[in-house]
Amino acid sequence: MATTKEEKAEKLIERSEKVLKEEKKTERIEDPEIYVTRQVKSIVFGMFSPKMIKKMASAKIVTPELYDKEGYPVDGGLMDTRLGVIDPGLRCRTCGSKLKECIGHFGYIELARPIIHVKFVNIVLTLLRSICRDCSRILIPKNKLADLKRDLDEVERKEGVEARRKVVKEVISNLKNICPHCKAKQQKITLEKPTTFLENDKRLSPIEIRARLEKIPDEDCEIFGIRSEVARPEWMVLTILAIPPVTMRPSITLESGERSEDDLTHKLGDIVRINQRLFENISAGAPEIIIEDLWDLLQYHVTTFFDNSIAQLPVARHRSGQPLKTLTERIKSKEGRIRHNLAGKRTNFCARTVISPDPKIKLNEVGVPLIVAMNLTVPERVNEWNMQHLKQFVERGPTKYPGANYIIRPDGKKKKITEETKEAALEELQPGFIVERHLMDGDVAVFNRQPSLHRMSMMCHYVKVLPGKTLRLNPAVCHPYNADFDGDEMNLHIPQTEEARAEAEILMVVQTQLISPRYGLSVIGCIQDAISGNFLLTRDLSMPREEALDILFSVGVEDASKLPRKQHVDGKEVFSVVLPDDFNFSGHSRLCKGGQCNEKTHVVIKDGKLISGVMDKANLGEESGLMLRNIHKQYGADATLEILEKIFQLGTAVLFKHGFTVGIADTDLPTNAQEKIAEVLNKAEQDVQDLIMQFRAGTLELLPGRTVEESLELRILEVLNKARNRAGNLVEEYSDKKTHTIVMALSGARGNYLNLAQMAATVGQQALRGRRIEKGYQGRTLSCFKKGDLSPDAHGFIRSGFKKGLSPQEFFFGSITGRDSLMDTAFRTPKSGYLYRRLANAMQDLKVEYDLTVRDATKKIIQFRYGEDGIDVSRSQGGKLNVGEIINNMKE
Amino acid sequence: MKKKFDVTKHQLVPKHLKVSEKEKAELLKRYNITVKELPKILVDDSAIEHLEVKVDDVVKIIRQSPTAGEVLFYRCVTNG
Repeated sequence: MATTKEEKAEKLIERSEKVLKEEKKTERIEDPEIYVTRQVKSIVFGMFSPKMIKKMASAKIVTPELYDKEGYPVDGGLMDTRLGVIDPGLRCRTCGSKLKECIGHFGYIELARPIIHVKFVNIVLTLLRSICRDCSRILIPKNKLADLKRDLDEVERKEGVEARRKVVKEVISNLKNICPHCKAKQQKITLEKPTTFLENDKRLSPIEIRARLEKIPDEDCEIFGIRSEVARPEWMVLTILAIPPVTMRPSITLESGERSEDDLTHKLGDIVRINQRLFENISAGAPEIIIEDLWDLLQYHVTTFFDNSIAQLPVARHRSGQPLKTLTERIKSKEGRIRHNLAGKRTNFCARTVISPDPKIKLNEVGVPLIVAMNLTVPERVNEWNMQHLKQFVERGPTKYPGANYIIRPDGKKKKITEETKEAALEELQPGFIVERHLMDGDVAVFNRQPSLHRMSMMCHYVKVLPGKTLRLNPAVCHPYNADFDGDEMNLHIPQTEEARAEAEILMVVQTQLISPRYGLSVIGCIQDAISGNFLLTRDLSMPREEALDILFSVGVEDASKLPRKQHVDGKEVFSVVLPDDFNFSGHSRLCKGGQCNEKTHVVIKDGKLISGVMDKANLGEESGLMLRNIHKQYGADATLEILEKIFQLGTAVLFKHGFTVGIADTDLPTNAQEKIAEVLNKAEQDVQDLIMQFRAGTLELLPGRTVEESLELRILEVLNKARNRAGNLVEEYSDKKTHTIVMALSGARGNYLNLAQMAATVGQQALRGRRIEKGYQGRTLSCFKKGDLSPDAHGFIRSGFKKGLSPQEFFFGSITGRDSLMDTAFRTPKSGYLYRRLANAMQDLKVEYDLTVRDATKKIIQFRYGEDGIDVSRSQGGKLNVGEIINNMKE
Repeated sequence: MKKKFDVTKHQLVPKHLKVSEKEKAELLKRYNITVKELPKILVDDSAIEHLEVKVDDVVKIIRQSPTAGEVLFYRCVTNG
């Protein structure tokens, strides 16, 4: 009966081959330039029958030898030339084509005894358990069979295959142990991993298993969810093994001229050798034990051929001890075919180097080193209008910039341009050719930094060819890439087609990515010097008109008519020049702390003039303030980028003129301030002593739910932290607001008052896991303290500031927390990366539909309204809609 | 009998209500869906124990949302 099934399967495959051939014929008629697209109607998954394997094989493998004395592949060996060729010069004996043209052909070996396929043991086990050991019928009474079948079909129609499988599983687990067909008593069948089946602790041979599976009628297969035309159960026990073509296991020739075979070839060699020995022993009538042993060995080899990482089996190794990489390992996991070769993509026309800053290039430009620009190319098609132009590139050749590296003939043949071939190429060139010319200013490139967690991690920039060996980017775009210049590397891709370039420019160019879809504010803003500069300019600078014009022109402002016509201009007036004429804005600056705004701090812009307030991080910085957001809304992305660029340049230009430097003296405090800080610290230490006294006396006031010790610790921590904060406030109060260190802290460019206090006054309490430092010796942190000493300095309180210098103990405590936080980040980064991967994979197909619901790929509802409020954050202002403004705009 | 903890009294558990057949039909029509496309909730979920709902009923959940104040959410009762 099985044979008829196999015939059926063959017919099925033959038919599909015929269809394929017909399709090929029709394809040939069509223009090769036109892509043929077809919709896949269905896919059938099945198993190869022994007959099928034999039929598709082009050679039978009988010997484990690979090459003869001359080094040619042996006939009937594993490298048989009928299985394809991997040596140049040889021809495939099956298809007659040469290396690279022949895709390879399967072979087969006849196994001396049947072998269980490891990847199917679980199915075989369930099958054996649910069929009768005598008659191989499924252990369900005849009268119920039809009902069950109908039920299953119903379930599948209603809820899908997944539900059907569930029901099948349930049915299987509820089977009786007496066959309802022939009344035979069933035995308990267990699996001894990986491939041995036991029936009542007696071993079932694969021959017996195969015999039982063969007897299962087709109708019963259907209940198990097996389509017998393409997957008869007995095919899970191998009698014939397909040998993969040599092209998928090529050998490598080492420098010494020695050949090194692929892991698969090694494994197959083992299989063939043992198989031959088994054959010989059987025909020689060897004792059963020897045959059994060989059989087991063959089973092991075949099993490891499919999967070499099965828990119960010893891994098959090379002579060097390194494990063989067999079929399953080729596909599985990160280094496998799927994640490494299919999901992971490698491209040409890309570059990667270290990055460095260049504030003088535009925000949407990228500085490309000349040597890179001479290797990356852009294809340009020759036509009669640009022929002269492109000829010049070819003339300059690959060594003179801007030249060309290749020409491509209309028939697709690629030719390298060299000094020798230059003349010929020039002669040959005519419309229809493609010239691959060097990268030039203004070309489109996609710039990227890993990890690409964002859509802003990949943006389109315009090329600017520069000397040097690093990729250059404007420091303002560091934030979306999360880049800094401590050795970061970034990637550059050059789109090769007109469509790709258009897509990159329209969808990914830097200005299109200004407003973050996460919080609706600009991701690009001024940083560092640009903030300090604008802060100084708008806070206290004024200058002669000539100087102001100097600065403005250096920034690229050509129309300075907005600058008031007077001899001496104010910094605010200079800043206003770069703002659009009709821009109105009102917002807080960083100096308006805690709602106490005043004339000086609150930013008001009226008709494009900065009337009051200072520009600082709150309004110029990335991720903060609505000024940039409002400019973007009013004037669009391109204008915003231009304005932002001007503001940025203005800031740095001001610092060029004004000078900007810091020194230790910036953190000097007047003597009375120093005394006050010392007083605060002394007071804190005294308070702690008092607390300890109370603790010792047993009069310490307890905190709710805490023991005496815990209360003491918490109280001490509180007192010390308060002292540090108070010291910080004193520093803030007494520090000279004109010094540049303070300017940086005030404007938000870099650093804060806490950092300042740590330099000028005290570093403060070092905390390890939210507590004071307690580790070290028994009862004390370091051997220079007395046991049981609870005082601040014995538990990591650093009284000195960085400027004064730390005592050895203090320095040690600082190192403890420093090392701890370093370890912490080192552990956290990979963890959060994996978490992100899981989230991204789980949510990648969620989409907001036109009715504002969020749905997955199967159209199941996840949210009834996107974000519950239905707001498109990238069109909002910091995640909110300004209703008042919308109404006012409507009124006008 | 031991007194059971009533989750519906907990401040973090939003209000669950049974949806009438009419309202259910309206809901399905509004989003052009069948019950299969709705988010699910188990019949024995402690938050809907007191509602005495059966499989394929729809439950309305009134939640407090940080972005939009009060928000309605619907779940279809299933048995897993």
